[in-house]
Amino acid sequence: MIPVTSVKTLPEAYALLQARPPGLRVLAGGTDLMVAINARVGLDRIGHVLDIWNVRELRGIALQDNFLRIGALTTYTEIIHSTLVNTQLPALAAVSREVGAWAIQNRGTLGGNVCNASPAGDTLPLLLAADARFLLGGPRGERTVVAEEFFLAYRKTALGADELLLRVDFPLPDAARLAYRKVGTRRAQSISKTLIAVRATPGLREVRIAAGCVAPIPLRCRRAEQAAMSGGDVRAALQLDISPINDIRSTIEYRRLVSANVLLQLLKNMGTPYSLPGRP
Amino acid sequence: MFDKPPTMKHADNSKSTVGHSPPRKDGPDKVTGRARYLDDLAFPGQLWGRTVRSQVPHGRIRSIEFDPRFDWSGIVRVTAADIPGDNIVQLIEDDQPMLAHDMVKHREEPIALLACADRERLEEALLHVDVKIDPLPPVLDLLLSTHVFKSYRIEAGDIKPAFADSSLRVVEGIYRVGHQEQMYIEPNAICAVPREDFGVTIYGSMQCPFYIHRGLQRLLKINDSQIAVIQVVTGGGFGGKEDYPTVLAGHAALLARKAGKPVKMIYKREEDVAATTKRHPAVLRYRTAVKPDGEFVACEIDVVMDGGAYVTLSPVVASRGVLHASGAYRWPHARIDCRVVQTHTPPNGAFRGFGVPQTLFGCEAHVEKIALELGLDPLLVRRKNALVVGDVMPTGQRLTESVSALPVLEAVAARSGYAAKREAAMEAARLPAGSARARKRRGIGLSLALHGAGFTGSGEAHLKSRAGLELTASGARVLSASTDIGQGTITVFSQLAAEALGVPLSMIEVAVNDTSRVPDSGPTVASRTTMVVGGTIARAAEAMARVLQGYVAQTHAVPAGEVCCVGGIFAARGRSLAPFESIARRYLDERGPLVCIEQYELPPGVQWDDAAYRGSAYPCYAWAATAVELEVDLDTYEIKLLDLVTASEFGKAIHPVLAEGQIEGGTVQALGYALLEEHIYVDGRLLNTRMQNYIIPTALDVPPMTTLILENPYSRGPHGAKGLGELPMDGPAPAVAAAVLSAIGKLIPDLPISPERVMKALHAA
Repeated sequence: MIPVTSVKTLPEAYALLQARPPGLRVLAGGTDLMVAINARVGLDRIGHVLDIWNVRELRGIALQDNFLRIGALTTYTEIIHSTLVNTQLPALAAVSREVGAWAIQNRGTLGGNVCNASPAGDTLPLLLAADARFLLGGPRGERTVVAEEFFLAYRKTALGADELLLRVDFPLPDAARLAYRKVGTRRAQSISKTLIAVRATPGLREVRIAAGCVAPIPLRCRRAEQAAMSGGDVRAALQLDISPINDIRSTIEYRRLVSANVLLQLLKNMGTPYSLPGRP
Repeated sequence: MFDKPPTMKHADNSKSTVGHSPPRKDGPDKVTGRARYLDDLAFPGQLWGRTVRSQVPHGRIRSIEFDPRFDWSGIVRVTAADIPGDNIVQLIEDDQPMLAHDMVKHREEPIALLACADRERLEEALLHVDVKIDPLPPVLDLLLSTHVFKSYRIEAGDIKPAFADSSLRVVEGIYRVGHQEQMYIEPNAICAVPREDFGVTIYGSMQCPFYIHRGLQRLLKINDSQIAVIQVVTGGGFGGKEDYPTVLAGHAALLARKAGKPVKMIYKREEDVAATTKRHPAVLRYRTAVKPDGEFVACEIDVVMDGGAYVTLSPVVASRGVLHASGAYRWPHARIDCRVVQTHTPPNGAFRGFGVPQTLFGCEAHVEKIALELGLDPLLVRRKNALVVGDVMPTGQRLTESVSALPVLEAVAARSGYAAKREAAMEAARLPAGSARARKRRGIGLSLALHGAGFTGSGEAHLKSRAGLELTASGARVLSASTDIGQGTITVFSQLAAEALGVPLSMIEVAVNDTSRVPDSGPTVASRTTMVVGGTIARAAEAMARVLQGYVAQTHAVPAGEVCCVGGIFAARGRSLAPFESIARRYLDERGPLVCIEQYELPPGVQWDDAAYRGSAYPCYAWAATAVELEVDLDTYEIKLLDLVTASEFGKAIHPVLAEGQIEGGTVQALGYALLEEHIYVDGRLLNTRMQNYIIPTALDVPPMTTLILENPYSRGPHGAKGLGELPMDGPAPAVAAAVLSAIGKLIPDLPISPERVMKALHAA
């Protein structure tokens, strides 16, 4: 039996984080952790579970100082139905609709997607392209880390052992548009083969590009950005950024070629607000 | 052209009689959650069972050790040494052990069994069984296997002169298909309850109760009266619960016997997908000689199927496969070979279609290749060669009735708008590269399929299926071992009995499927349930009707020939005499039980020579054509299905709504086979064992579907019905391949037609 501590407030959570029981894992929506436990994957490394699902202050969506601020425990369903998200950052609502099934969307949280840090996390390339900032907190205080500096290596993040992700803040620069395309194994309820996100200003003067499933981490593609802004060979530059593998879902060749095809189309279509693939 | 033009059938659920669609009898319980599946049933004192497996694809067992430091109290352990009878899984050959004791031949091979009341302790205990195996090199590639389980050859005419004839075009192709998982919603599930007479009662999710009934007698060394097998509500089968439940029932029974308590075994999804039977992978070579106008002259076909580690049903899967490998076409000269070989992977087995989806994919993809190489419209090629009444199949079978290859083809071509859509696709392909071509290409393709109804060859003659009904105080009760696994058996049997007795559907009940109480109507497989067992039940009901008419004639002093029952009321000369129930009660009081059982008889003239492989392989065939319209995304190589039209002719739709359900469900399953479903094995280990990573279609992957039902009654089927269950599985995959060819100009010869394969085809030099 794994001991579980369920908390309702941040101070309660911080108290347990300060005690640092061995093998502490944080439970948000549980859509990754419970699956792992059920499949008995890494069970021996889970010594204690801190359940933060009921910490209400980590929920909610607000517009403040030209930032869209989304609490870490905000679920995909809340994002999908948020007027603020649909008007300010519609691509985030769209990608949330493509995560798992309704049951997953009801439990899964934006913060959970970030902290699970899977290279296949569907929201993560959008966070990188949108230049999102992560507010982290713990018994030692709070700090902000930009998305790009958060993902360090395969499933390894900048989150300290005694820290929680509290909030994700999206800057909302004028004129910049965020778009993405997910390529999955089928038209719904699928894990991605590749996912490309782009934020660009008109005329591609400022471009941020990120990709999922093509590197050990959700990846910002700086060479491709440079090429896009300078009129260079985006296709070739992207190949230098990414390092996909063969796995159960796809192949290196497919991921390389399709990532580039999709990126070129996204750059070409930056005039449209965002694409909504996978919906009839 | 054809014997009788088929008529178009439209669904009507206003009446309960044959040809109408009353609500399914099991429907209310299923939609309200009252239906109790095995997991819902409580057995006092019941333990849970689990299986210790090889983990090695091929090797010799050195030792099985139970960790002496682990607390084994309350845990029942079973190995091969505990088996009282024959250590075999009974099917066609006696080669598969119930528990391996010396050799292991696949990674999931069962070696030991554990049972415990506490599931957590049981999981823990599994980690404390140490099986030491000396590994041997495994054979994992079907083309490298030299161990042939069974081979067949069908020959007609002489192919040699045709291939030497320089006026004919020779077209060759190689096609490959992989495993497919049934993915029934309820995993395999069995509970074994030990009895005081040292026998066992089996409850479970299954297609073929009598397979278990007979198999366990040998395993446990018990007699016919010491076993009862009871099918509980079953959440799908698709062939996956034809033979495998015998393994699970054997395991549960061995544990239950040793424990002296009921033992329930329900596979987890991962275990079910990894260990149980799947569709046979196959490599299919086609070499054909055709006239320049597209007329077929000769075919040389070579099929190799992967049987997995043990024989199981492979000989009959390969048999049905080889018998359909030349498709719904005339071939004056044919040589068709098929062999099924051993590999060190879990045994493959029955899956809806049973060898035909593999060979028909090869055949229909090859027809596309012929049309491509000859520069002809594939519809014209099919039209020119499709079987009609009077044609002779490569086995020598002459088709005499109920042949609808052309009508289904024409119905689909017309309804799908094939000609105009194909023309548009060709127009788009003619645009020069580099011009502002759309990032998406559309295409349309079609396929033609046939499916033999009932067991292959002499199968039905050997089976001698028996089914019937007994009179009850409120109507009649159907007695058969045919299972309802979601396809609607209970409803269709009730309709057939009600129709023959002249009573409302509500007066017919269907007996609990218990082998100690019902006659052996054979397994629920091979699209045989309606045609073979349904026909037998209809005959039994007619016999019962005659008995009761005679009785009414006697009791009411009217001529027997004039008594009839309509709407549950006996009448004669336009005068109502008595309700069916009151006659039934009176009969039962006065004369005792009335049970009418009939045995299936093969239609006269249906003969099969197993040695020469000639004759009528099936008494009749069902026919289907499928048209698929799709769009290929040139950025992601994804395929989006836009529209699908099928036309099916299976004699007579006893229940048109259930028939449409079978067609739609089978079509979706076939679209998964066509586009998505692929098992990935590494060193004999299956990597994608979960619904998360074994990709089956969702509702969003399914296009709008038009389901046309044509009727062309078969003289020996009940009300003209033939078999339907498997037919929809056969045609969609090659129709998708044809549509992709129409869209991008490349024939992709392997399934599934994944975006990765489309990419390769488009970027191949």
